[in-house]
This record gives sequence, C-alpha cells and structure tokens, in this order.
Amino acid sequence: MIEISELTKRYGPTTAVSDLTFTVRPGTVTGFLGPNGAGKSTTMRMILGLDEPTSGSVTVNGRAPRAHAAPLHEVGGMLDPRAVHPSRSAYHHLLALAQTTGIRRSRVDEVVDAVGLRSVAKRPAGKFSLGMAQRLGIAAALLGDPATVVLDEPVNGLDVEGIRWMRGMLTELASQGKTVFVSSHLMSEIAQTATRLIVIGKGRLIADTSVADFIASAAPASVRVRSSDQPGLAALLRSPDVTVTVADDGALLVSGLPAERIGAIAAGAGIAVAELSTVETSLEDAFVDLTKDAVEYRAVVSQEEK
Amino acid sequence: MSTLQVTQARVMKSEWTKLRTQPGALWSLLSAVILVVAFGILYSLLRVARPPHGAAATASFDPTSVSLAGVQLAQVAAGVLGVLLITSEYATGLIRTTLAAVPRRLPTLWGKAAVVTGAVVAVSVPAAVAVFLAGQAILGRHLSVSLGAPGVARAVIGGALYLAVAALLGLALGALLRSTAGGIAALFGLLFAVPILVGFLPGSLADEIGKYLPGTAGLAVTSVHPDPATSLAPWTGFGVFCAYALVLLAAAAVRMRRGDA
Repeated sequence: MIEISELTKRYGPTTAVSDLTFTVRPGTVTGFLGPNGAGKSTTMRMILGLDEPTSGSVTVNGRAPRAHAAPLHEVGGMLDPRAVHPSRSAYHHLLALAQTTGIRRSRVDEVVDAVGLRSVAKRPAGKFSLGMAQRLGIAAALLGDPATVVLDEPVNGLDVEGIRWMRGMLTELASQGKTVFVSSHLMSEIAQTATRLIVIGKGRLIADTSVADFIASAAPASVRVRSSDQPGLAALLRSPDVTVTVADDGALLVSGLPAERIGAIAAGAGIAVAELSTVETSLEDAFVDLTKDAVEYRAVVSQEEK
Repeated sequence: MSTLQVTQARVMKSEWTKLRTQPGALWSLLSAVILVVAFGILYSLLRVARPPHGAAATASFDPTSVSLAGVQLAQVAAGVLGVLLITSEYATGLIRTTLAAVPRRLPTLWGKAAVVTGAVVAVSVPAAVAVFLAGQAILGRHLSVSLGAPGVARAVIGGALYLAVAALLGLALGALLRSTAGGIAALFGLLFAVPILVGFLPGSLADEIGKYLPGTAGLAVTSVHPDPATSLAPWTGFGVFCAYALVLLAAAAVRMRRGDA
C-alpha cells in the first residue's frame, strides 16, 4: 500500500510534483501514466525514500520509506535497469544487495531463476541487453519479497516476448496480494495489465480511476460517413448533442450518434450512403486528449511548414 | 540473524562483496602494492649506486624512508581506490539501488570506509614490510638498518597506515563531489598542488604551514628521525592527517544524509 498526500517536490525553481494525493492499493496492478517529464520518476524516487518531499507525505505499508528496518522487504523498486556496475556479475550485484538486509543467499538463486537469468547470472551485468537488464532490475526489486513493488517504465524497450513476460510477472505479483505500481508514458502498455490508473501531467494529478472508466470517459467514438449529399446530410444530423466535422478527404465525422441512426436518417432523406464506419477512440488518443494541456514540451509547427 | 533487517555489519559485508567484485578497485589496490614494492626497490638500488658523501649526509641518511619511497607514489593509487568505491556508484546510478536498500544511508558510507581501510591495510602492511626487507638487503651492511632499531618498525607500519588514510581521504572526496574526475582532481590538489602553492611562501612560513598540510603531516610517520623544522612528530603528524580525513568524511556524511540521493 502506497499512500501519497499533498506531495510536492521542487528542485530549485522547477516544480516536479505539485500537491499530489492518491493511494495505491494491494492486490492490483496500478498504472502510473503521464507524458515524459510529468513527474513520474520523481514520485517514484520519493516512494523509495531516495528524494525528500518538499512538502506533503509518502508512506509505504504505513510508514515513511526511510523508517523501515528492512526496506527491501517492504518496497522493491526498479528505477533504471542500467544502474549496475558494468563489470560486476548479475549474481554478485544481487548478492551485495541481499547482504545489506540479511537476505539468505539461496533467495538470490530463487529470483535469478524467477526472471530467467540463470544461464547468464555470472556474466558482467554491463554486457546485458536491455531486456536482460530489465529482468535483472525486476530480480533486484523482488529480492526482499516486498509487499510493494514500484517499477519505472519496466516494459520500455522490451521486445514482444519480453513485454509478454513482464505483463505475466506483474499480474502474478498482484495476484499474490502485492501492491504493484508501474509507470509508463504509453497508455497501450498499461491498459492490458493494469486495472487501476493514476494519470499525472506537469506534476499534477489528472485522473485517479479504473482503466475501464478511463476508457469510457474518454472522447466518444465517432462515425465516418460519405454520401451523395454531404452538406445536406450534415445539416440533417447536426443538433445540440451531435457534432459534425468535415475530414480532409471530405468525409463527415459525426460524434454523438450511432452508425445505425445515421444510416436511418440518410435513408429517410433519400441520400445514398457510400461509406459508414465507426472510428473507435484508441486508448492512446484518450490519453493524449486528457494530457494535451499538460505536455511540457510540444513540437511547434510553423505556418510555413503547413 | 534470520530476521530481515539492515545492520551496519551486514552493510559492511555487502560493501566487501562489491569491492571484491569491482575490477577497477582491485586494480587500484594492486597498483598500490606494485608502486610501494617496485619504487622502493628501484630507489634503494639508486642510493646504493649513489651513496651519501660526507659526515652530514651520512648522518641524515634514512635507509628506512629510502626503502619506503614508493609510499608517496602509492598514495595516488590508494586515494583513487577510495574515490572509485563511491563515485562508480554515482556514475552508474547504482547508488540509488544501494540507498533504497539502506535508506539511513550512513551505514553505506561507514561500510565503504571500513572495507577500504581493511583492504588497504591488509595488502600494504605486508608490502611495506617486504619492501623494507628487500630495500635493506639492497642497501647492504653499511647503509641498512634493522627493523628492531628505534622508530623503524613504526615508520614501516606507519607507511602502510598512511596509505589506508589516503584511501579514506579519496572516499570522502568522492562522496562529497560525486564525480570520479572531480574526486581524483581534488585528491591531487590536496596532496600535491597545495604543498606547491605553500612552497611559494617565504621560507620559514612555508615550513611552518607546510608541516600541517595533509601529505606532509601524514608522511611524518614514515620518517625514522623527522626534522622538527619541516615536520611534525611522527604520530602527531599522522593524527593531523587522520583529522583531515575524518573532517572530510564527516562533511561527506552530512551531504549524504541530507536531501536527495
């Protein structure tokens, strides 16, 4: 369980996290979503007791992160999978970490097996591919069998097989009753694994919801129509609840009416319909919609380029 | 011992595992030994070829420090070892993993200090004794001195201890600056550049201030008969050297304990 209350973090004049309040509960995978630079990593560093909040509080399993007698047993974290000594073997990396807390040596072998690194455990960690490094990071996070697991962009840069493995691992951890908090800047990576969602932008909370509600609340699906009389059909469809826009190729984009109703209206007016298709709002669109005001860096397209 | 809990002893064990599995650190340790032994033998051979001339030169000839001449070079390797032990963690980001496991943080600094002191003493005491014996054998019956002569054993062991404190100095500078290049530069500055600057002061002032500079103060312990005009008493000087290291370690501890990792 992670409880964050009125959390603010400033670095000099920059406010990285501003007045965040949310709770991450055990037994589910909670996605932590936001554009790059939104303050996800900063928040995670505070959860791990690495950065001190400017104001507000973080507790993990009921206590301040730095107050635990055996932090590795309370919260396991992976911030940067490349944060290993390049010539130390994966095994010794994990062993040194385990020794700080009196975690038995056999547990190192257990987590090495759990992430499938047994055959390369004695090799220098600096020679690992990104996928292997992510697995090593997960192994380190699981070393103390923690009740809470915090992973920063764990699927970033993984291949398809690696992503599938990671999803399985996260789901498995949640089913064991652990609190699993996973950040990403890509909605699609999160939606298939997480059931809860915390969305932040520019350091502020945008949404604290379930994945299902988030998708439902996002901009509704629209319908694409081409017909023999586009202006006429548009005039018929427009109403206070229905918006009609014209796409670049001349097709009408109608939101607020299902495709069947549009077809019926066109038929009733004697307008021949050439195309009628529902355009689903993708998760990514929903996410971009929600965070568009909170993107710190946005590409500026000049008039000349248009 | 089966309860999961962070203890100073466990962190020390963890730091030992890291030291022995970090090739860069092991190379620094090996370099220190090689420099002590090889340069001591080389300088002893040189002094045999050019023995002291005249009564005054013969009287002030110190065969112990001749054989320990390599300590002054090896202090760089020992200091770099200390710097690397902490800055390599900042460079890779590993420090965050380490401090997330040990959020009180200071056990990590003390663990590294204990481990680096132990490792340097463990290799430098035998190296110093070996090079002393080899050096005396080279210097021959007329120039050599025995380990049992007054002040000699103290100088030999002192030379080894000096290297351990140089490593602590490096560790403290590395922890303060969090950068390998910065830490090594500061170490060179403190041990070599500051004495040169002080040397530009008028003679007596330079000697008086010079005595208290870290390197000069620390090396007093390696001299059998230190010259009171330019050097503190052996253990006083070593104490001053230790004080520098402790003050810098305390500053590093404050920096590490407070604020962001």
